[in-house]
Formats: sequence, C-alpha cells, structure tokens
Amino acid sequence: MKIKALTRPTTVQQAPGSDNQRAPRNLAPEIHPFERAREYQRALNAVKLERMFAKPFLGQLGSGHVQGIYSMCKDKNSLSSVASGSGDGIVKVWDLTSREEVWKASAHNNVVKGLTFTNDKKLLSCATDGIKLWDPYTPASDNTSPLASWQEGGPYTSLSVHRTGNVFAASSGAGCIRVWDLEQSTAAQTIQWPNHTDTITDVCFNQVETSIIASVGTDRSVILFDLRTNMPVVKTVLKFAANRVVFNPMEAMNLAVASEDHNVYVFDARNFNKAQNIHKGHVAAVMDVEFSPTGEELVTGSYDRTIRIFKRDQGSSRDMYHTKRMQRVFRTMWTMDSKYLISGSDDGNLRLWRANASERSGVKSTKQRQALEYNKALTERFGHMPEIRRISRHRHVPKVIKKAGEIKREELAAIKRREENERKHSAKKFEKRKSEREKAILAKVQ
Amino acid sequence: MEIDTVDAPLTRVSQPSNGQLAVRKPRTELKSKSEIAKARRQRDAQKAYGRGRGIDVKTARDKKLRRNLSTLENKYKEAAYKAKEAEILLENTAGFIEPETELERTYKVRQDDIQKNVAIEVAQKGFELKLNELGPYICEYSRNGRDLILAGRKGHVATMDWRDGKLGCELQLMETVRDARFLHNNQFFAVAQKKYVYIYDSQGVELHCLKKHVEVSHMEFLPYHFLLATLGINGSLKYQDTSTGQIVSEISTRQGTPVSLTHNPYNAILHVGQQNGTVTLWSPNSSEPLVKLLAHRGPVRSVAVDREGRYMVSAGQDNRMCIWDVRNFKESVSSYFTRSPATSVAISDTGLTAVGWNTHTTIWRGLFDKNKPVQEKVQSPYMTWGGEGHKVERVRWCPFEDVLGVGHTEGFSSLIVPGAGEPNYDALEVNPFETKKQRQEGEVKALLNKLKPEMIALDPNFIGKLDLRSEQQRKADRDLDAAPVDVVEEMKNRARGKNTALKKYLRKQKKKNIIDDKRLKVEEAIKEMQERKDEKFKDRQEQLGPSLARFARKD
Repeated sequence: MKIKALTRPTTVQQAPGSDNQRAPRNLAPEIHPFERAREYQRALNAVKLERMFAKPFLGQLGSGHVQGIYSMCKDKNSLSSVASGSGDGIVKVWDLTSREEVWKASAHNNVVKGLTFTNDKKLLSCATDGIKLWDPYTPASDNTSPLASWQEGGPYTSLSVHRTGNVFAASSGAGCIRVWDLEQSTAAQTIQWPNHTDTITDVCFNQVETSIIASVGTDRSVILFDLRTNMPVVKTVLKFAANRVVFNPMEAMNLAVASEDHNVYVFDARNFNKAQNIHKGHVAAVMDVEFSPTGEELVTGSYDRTIRIFKRDQGSSRDMYHTKRMQRVFRTMWTMDSKYLISGSDDGNLRLWRANASERSGVKSTKQRQALEYNKALTERFGHMPEIRRISRHRHVPKVIKKAGEIKREELAAIKRREENERKHSAKKFEKRKSEREKAILAKVQ
Repeated sequence: MEIDTVDAPLTRVSQPSNGQLAVRKPRTELKSKSEIAKARRQRDAQKAYGRGRGIDVKTARDKKLRRNLSTLENKYKEAAYKAKEAEILLENTAGFIEPETELERTYKVRQDDIQKNVAIEVAQKGFELKLNELGPYICEYSRNGRDLILAGRKGHVATMDWRDGKLGCELQLMETVRDARFLHNNQFFAVAQKKYVYIYDSQGVELHCLKKHVEVSHMEFLPYHFLLATLGINGSLKYQDTSTGQIVSEISTRQGTPVSLTHNPYNAILHVGQQNGTVTLWSPNSSEPLVKLLAHRGPVRSVAVDREGRYMVSAGQDNRMCIWDVRNFKESVSSYFTRSPATSVAISDTGLTAVGWNTHTTIWRGLFDKNKPVQEKVQSPYMTWGGEGHKVERVRWCPFEDVLGVGHTEGFSSLIVPGAGEPNYDALEVNPFETKKQRQEGEVKALLNKLKPEMIALDPNFIGKLDLRSEQQRKADRDLDAAPVDVVEEMKNRARGKNTALKKYLRKQKKKNIIDDKRLKVEEAIKEMQERKDEKFKDRQEQLGPSLARFARKD
C-alpha cells in the first residue's frame, strides 16, 4: 500500500535565515468565496475613502491683491510662474512652489484686462490705457517700468501670444484685432470683420494651427481669423454673448466658448452648424474656461462663485469647488502639469486647488500606489451600482447655489413646456425639433 | 450521337510516381502547433479559473460599448490564463493511499499502519484524548485549522493548539453544553449552554452572555458576514452580528425541534435538517425558507455541504445517506446505506465525506465529482475507523490538513486521512501558519470587507448585476397593496391540450422533489378538483338509478 500524507516543511512558512513570513497564493476560485460581494464591498470602501480624502483647496498665493483679479496668465515654459492683474491696475508675478509674490508693478491706471507671458519670459499687460511690456525676471532696480508700450488703437480688452514666434494679438474695443511682431517693431496689422464695430472681448491663438485666431465679441459673435491671409474666415452668432474663447491644445479644431447663458459650448471650427458638446452645471454666467494641457478636461470659473471641472466628453461636471469666502470667479487656470488649478476671484485672492481633489502629491510607495490603482479599478468596475454612484457624485453645494439650480431647472422646464404647447397648437408642429446643440447657434455668416 | 463521358480514370495510379508522400489528414487551418497548444491551455484555464460564460461581444450595437466589452473579455481571459500558468507555483501536493496490488483495499488500512508509513511529524497528528467522564464530546476546528475546541456534554470546554498540544483554556461550566464554535479567529469562541449562548475569549474569560439566544442546540458562524447563527430547541433561528452585537434577524422555522444545522460556505445559506425529513434553506432576509427539500423519511440527523456549494450530503434516521446537487435540488445518485442512523457528516476540502454512525466512522471518496457529467455510485468506502465501543458524536475535518477529528463518548480522536486536506492554502485568505501580527491585520481587513446580511442569497453573484426590470415592474414589485397573485389561477390559464396544466406541473415537480408554496397550492387545487369530479359522478349515478349507474360518465 502506498501512503502519503500531506506535510508542509517549515520552510513553507518562513524561508531559512529570513524573518519574513512567506505568503503563498492559491488562485482557485473555490477558496475565495463571495468574490463579487467582497469586491463590491471593497469598491464601496474605496469610494468612501476617495470622498473622505477629497480636500481640493491647497491655499492662496501670498496675500493676493487689494482689488478683484480680472486677468491671469501662466508661463507656458515654466511650472511655477503665474501672473495676475487686478482691478486697480497692479500686476503681480507669483512663484507657485513658494506661493509667494516675486514681482509687482503698478502697471495701469485701471482694470488690467489682459495679461500674457511672451515666449522669451517677458510679460505683456493691457488695459484701456494701452499695452505694456514688462520684464519681471531680470533683477534690476527699475524693472517696474515697462520696456515698451503701445497706446494707439485702444482700448484693448485681451491679449494672446503666438505659439512660437514673438507675435501677439490684442483685441480692441473698436471691433478689430491688432497683431504686433515684437522682434521687428513694425506697425501693427489690423484684421477686422467687415463693418464690425462691437467690442471684441477675448482673443485666442490656436496652439497647433498657429496662425488661426479666434475671438468673441459683445455682439454675440465668434469670429475666426487667419493670419496668413490677414482675413477673417468665419463668423458665427450665438444666442448669448460669450466671455471667453479657448482652443483645445491637443485637438486643434475644437474650441470652447464660455457663455453668458451659464454653459460652456465646444465647437468644431470646421463645422459651426452645431455645438459638439455642451457643458452644463453653472447657475450663473461662465466667466472663464480653460482646457487642461492634456486637452482632456476643462476648468470653468463662474459668476456663481464656483469652479467646475468638466471632462472633455461629458456634459456634467466631474467636480465642483467652492469656499465660503471665494467671490465671483473671473479667471481660472490649469498649471502646466495639469495637476493644479489656480483661480482668481473678485475678492482679490488667487487660490491654488488640486485638480484631483483626493489625490496627494507626495512620493508613494509601491504598495500605496498599487492600492490606489486597485481602488480606482474597483470604483470603475462597480461605478454603475446606485450606492457607489451616489457616494462618488455627492458634493456639498452651498445653499444659494443649490436653490438657484432648482429655480433654474424649474424655469427651463417651464420654457420647454411653453414651447411644446406652442408647437401643439401652431404650424410649428410640422417643423422638425432642433437639438439643444443646434439651438446654441443663431446664425452663421461666411 | 455518342458522347464520351469519363466517370473514372481508366488506369489508377497506385503510387505517386515522383516519390511524394500522401498526406493522410491535410492541415487546413492555418495554425501552428504552438498555437493549438496555447488554445488548449486557454481552454483548460477557462474551465478551472474562468468566471462563467463570456459576453457575446458582437451583439453589442454601440461601438464604444463593444470596444469596452471586448477589452474586458480579453482581460478576463488573460487573468484566467495567468492563474492557470501560476499553478506551477503551487508547492504542495495532496496525500493519498493507493493499493499496489488488486487484492489490497484502502478501507482495510488502519490508523497504526498509516502512522508507521508516514513521517514522524505527520504521525504525531494522529492522537487520542481520553476524556471519559464528561462526554460525549463535540469538536470544532478554527477556520485555519490551527485550534480545536472540545466541548463535553456535561460542561467541559477546552480549546487547544492541537498540533503543539498546547492547551488554550479549559472551562468547567457545570451545565449542559450543546454546541461550541470558534468565531472569526481563535481569539473568541461561542458556547451554547443550557439556557443561553456565551462568548468567551481565548483565555476562557466570559465576554458576553447572549440572552436573546435561548436554549440553543446548534450554532453556525458565517465568517465573511460576521454572523453567528443559532438554532434554538423551539426552532427559532437567530442571526447576530458579532462585530456590532446587533441581532440581524429572528426567524421561526415552525417545523418542530430542528435536528441538524450546517451552512453552505459558497453562499452562506443555512441548511436546517428537520424532524419531518425535510432540509430547509434559510437566509436572514426571508421569514420563510428559501427552499424546502424532502430528503429523508424521518429526521435528518446531519447535513454537510461541500466548499464549492454544489453538493449536499444528508444523513437521516432512515439509515440513508443521500447526496444532493444543491444547485437544482436533485438527488445526484441513488442514496447510500448506513448500518445505523448516522450522527454526523462532514465534507473535507477535497471532497472526502466522513460519516459517523454508532461507534464507527466511514470515509467516502468520490461520492460526487464536479467534473463528471453523471455521478457514479461508489462501491466501497475509502477508509473506516472505530468499532471499539466509542459512540461517535461529531466528525469534523481539519482545514488544510489530512486530519479528521472525531468527538465521541470517550473523548476525542484525531485520525490521519491521507488526501483530505487542501494542500495549497492562500495566505491572504486563511493562513494556517499566521503570526500574531498577520492575524491582527487579517482581522482588520476582514472587518473592512464585512459583507452585509442583505447580500446573502442563493446566488451570491447577484451583486453588481444590472437590474433589468423595467421601472414599471420595479414599482409594481414595491407596491405592497397589490393583490397577491393566485398561483393556481395563473397555472390554469396556461392550460394546453387535454391534460390540465396543474397536473402537468405537478408531474414535473414530483421528479424534482421540491416542496414549495406553489406546489402545495397546486396539490390542494387538484385535490379539490378531484373531489368535485367525484361528487358530480355520484350525482350522475344517482340520477341514472342503481341498475344503470355503471353507465354514468366519469368526467
């Protein structure tokens, strides 16, 4: 008779000469019962932990400004330089790592409307009294006086710098865009839609197709210009005026427009028949929008005192940030590593936020990282479960905004109901219904 | 006009002239040998580690969804394949007894033969404890098989690290002890005493007296839910959460004094053996049994479920031991005979079944095999023990060891049964060699992942599935004021052909041997129908008079 009974040598538990207990695995499904239920429970824990760790606010930069911040820009070649301009004409440059003020100048007499870093680390600012060029990084005693200034053709409302060349565009209150070349000191080129006289509020260079400029104006228009032909290309009139226009840095044809009607519209510049996407959620005018450097997400600042983060392809926001003391947000911005957000608001503070509220930036051990990745995979897998979805989507919303949201929803429903009633009892019922994305566009002018 | 047609070549070339070789089976598919081997490995992996049938990706109409599903499917496949490949890392192989000649029989091997043939450290695992005064003894192992609790009927309770022979604590409770059980680890154990259930810690200090559990005869602990389930003599089933101390549910089984209790490790359903021969299945979420299964003609003395939750072995007062497929509640093979009613049944990790009856213990191998399409009847047992006058009270397998513990009137015997234990443990699940630190960490992890009692159901994988019912239906299901559906009426409407639908239903159900509410109602309805028919028949007979009565129509 052959007999063998199960024996486990002591080395199974602990390798000789080692203190570490060995942990043999056996992946047979029968010794892992309740696999699905336990995974779900872990997913539930993970999503709760994620919400527990969600502390988005990092702090403010220095002591901020005395008046509200109405313009902000970052240096595209640096992770730490940010400039801000306030209502009293003061421009400050900040260092993000120390969160301290680096440079300060009383640049203008009144509101600094536009601010941008040039490619050679100079700073351009504009206000109704003209455009000024500053050099905040050269340690000289008199770097608080401008290197150059341009007064003619104002008042200027916004600035944008070309991706590579030292060319910048400024939008004018007279309805035209002026483009200067910093190196050649030639006179400005002026491009204008024929007979267009309304103020252009914002202008933006495309980062990929570098000679394309987009602008939005008070006459509710979005106009695209081409620098190569010095001609406007297309003009589209929206239902509401827009405050800001930006191009997606990764998908050159897409641009986002922050509208007064509380929404952000993403358009395909090749086809202005309808919006590609509408990002909804704010309960007051959207003052600023910016794509993250990866082009995957947008951040918006609104007059309702909140910041929202949207995914490029989702209509509702991924996250919403607010504090008790933050007033109307006029400028929001991603840092160049798309890990942090900066917001400038009416109360004169620049606030630094995490782009992912529950993420921590410290160095993680492999174990920690694996645990985080596992948790992420779990929440994704069970994301459709009602409990998990409820917890992951839950945000504390200020009472005012919640109430405003409710009122807005009710009003929109009323409008819709009225339209439907009208349709029922008029010739409109033979018309095809327009999609929400088409409705945003009033007219297209070629 | 003549047409020349050629049906077959006139001359047949018997051998290729240019030396070429005829290919017997031409290779038509363009697959290399290694690819074929890989496909076979993939198939094996899917069988062992797959999670059921995959999703048919092509049916998804949405492009993005289709893409997501196919990546997901590939991930599952990859995981199964890798798990199969990782089998190479398994360190231990199971034990065995193999006859070398045709005349040898494994059931004739005695314990001392085994002890002579195995290593000393294994031989030491077989021992006897002589405790002849306070018996009969019941025995239970902790989840990782390291600790043993012995409880004598007359109040003697002892825990021990049985491999080292180290006594944990010893109590003399001076009252009847009906059941004892470890909780999630060896630090706590519950004892069902004369009136209440008590919880003690590893030092034997009384921590809790559970006064809600009165006159408990059987206990079970559900480790993943941290639920202590007790079954009272009056038939009340109570679930208590041992981590929070809350009573989760109290159910009355309403079938007299229950005789046996076990839990299905696959889905945490309790199986209760009743006096009337039924085995009822309970979850804390329903006040009615989920299933009633008529298993024996007489009280069900003992029930055991295998770790995969596929098979149940029940032993009854009728000297029978039956094997059931718990997934469809069918008897998988014809039942086995025990010479006297079995007192205790237990199934090991590898599927060995130990049956204690009278003074004997019989161990069966291959009573069920998940890989066989049809179960065969085993002719002779694998091993036997006993016949020395110790009446067996309880048999329990030690997890992860080739050891069977037998509690009897004279104490406790630990038997070596080669091939009983799972050779390869998973240290992150249950670790038989865990250190104190690991035990503490494991406890915290287990508490974090504690499952809710609501998750207990016959199919434990219902969690995470989409609720496919329509909103309307969901609302209807939630509506408590809705009129209850009459099973019988519903069945009647389905009538087709001459045979009544009710009879057809009953005929099919009789094969299945499931007694549920629906079946009882149908039976009652048929009985009523039959009575009405009989009455009508009598009426007709009376009308026709005594001489013509035999011509009366029957229906």
